Amino acid sequence: MTRSFTWAVTVEDALAAIGSGARPVAGGTDLVVGARQGKASLPEAIVAIDRIESLGGIVEVDGGLHLGTLATHEEIVANEVIRERFSALADASAIVGSHATRAQGTIGGNVMNASPAMDAGGPLLCFDASATLRSEAGERAVPLGELWTGPGTTVADPRELLVGIEVPAPEPMTGSAYVRLEYRRQMEIAIVGATAVVSLDAGSVTHACIAITALAPTIRRVPEAEAALAGSDGGDEAIAAAARAAGTGSSPISDVRGSAGYRAAMAEVIARRAIVAALARARGERVSIPASAATRGATA
Amino acid sequence: MNVPATLNVNGTPYSVELDPHMSLLDAVRTVIGLTGSKEGCDDSECGACMMLLDGKPVNSCSYLALQADGRDVTTVEGLADGDDLAPLQRAFLEQGGVQCGFCTPGMLISATALLRTNPDPSDEDVRIALSGNLCRCTGYDGIVRAVRGVAAAGTDV
Repeated sequence: MTRSFTWAVTVEDALAAIGSGARPVAGGTDLVVGARQGKASLPEAIVAIDRIESLGGIVEVDGGLHLGTLATHEEIVANEVIRERFSALADASAIVGSHATRAQGTIGGNVMNASPAMDAGGPLLCFDASATLRSEAGERAVPLGELWTGPGTTVADPRELLVGIEVPAPEPMTGSAYVRLEYRRQMEIAIVGATAVVSLDAGSVTHACIAITALAPTIRRVPEAEAALAGSDGGDEAIAAAARAAGTGSSPISDVRGSAGYRAAMAEVIARRAIVAALARARGERVSIPASAATRGATA
Repeated sequence: MNVPATLNVNGTPYSVELDPHMSLLDAVRTVIGLTGSKEGCDDSECGACMMLLDGKPVNSCSYLALQADGRDVTTVEGLADGDDLAPLQRAFLEQGGVQCGFCTPGMLISATALLRTNPDPSDEDVRIALSGNLCRCTGYDGIVRAVRGVAAAGTDV
């Protein structure tokens, strides 16, 4: 096959190209680096989707969000609605890669790259987001909890394109945070990450979602940690129990960035920081974005 | 098969024919011949290849050149006005922000991007904004002083 490169102007252009075997590129921040590292060679046929206007933008819909697949991390961090009401997502996008990665890297590429260490995945999972996949044959919505099947793999067919991410409105009095363990402030990949989304009513936790990052083959929720928080007063004992459960619920690997034992031990620490920050935000207290920096050195 | 495209680099349009797999860095260095931008890690880690794409920073080693068709690319060569160095370039020289010089083009581009979005950065802001750029010589202090000095002078970058 001869190498080819086309620029799609409409979603239909892109779907036709993808339908005949081309692979999409948007910000390119994962595709080229992945090829360089031997993960997968660069596709022979490439269709650039970054000029399709209808795939961009961040829109508030009935208290929830529509994230265009081309929304960049830079745009997400700058969005006031996300900072205020979906803070964990802003925490995550604020620390993805470097300023260059955030300027070029898109949420769609991030989600479909399906890294178990992606920062934005835990927040989207805990906000009950769903991915809208479209092909020439039609469109379907896949909850993020069902999208990722392993490191770098999803349920999407190669002929499908992620066109947007829908995030429903959170409950009133919801706070959220994403915290990661990192060695370097930029161009870092989470050693361990944790997301907490909690809702309060009259001092009790009515809803809790805890997700772990870089601690299993996919980003995943930890039901035992959620159960330890839900229905509690959100006090120290409940926080400690939930954080412990997050650590127990992890199944990390050893690699150059950390051993499995270290990761499992840190899972509890990082989960605790995420929960504490999410509860503080739910109570209306300020925790600056990104929470990773704000909670560094926290003893709680 | 090579694909025709136009790369607008530092205000000059270049008509080129490029392999779909060629990076923007390779196209600018080997096809257009502007060698200021450097290849360090070739993996988006070190920032030596940093350029501006429509004003926003990009690791050009990891960006397909054809994606930049018709867009405005700025490299370190585009910062000076002929022999007249840009304020950031002069400040790097004055503050000892340059030793071997390999990271300097990327540092200057990242610093330019920072000052255009945040004209009054703190030390911490500068360090975070430049932490996608690795320098193995200077210890960074001279670079941070240079960027803050230009910001304090309020000069356009």
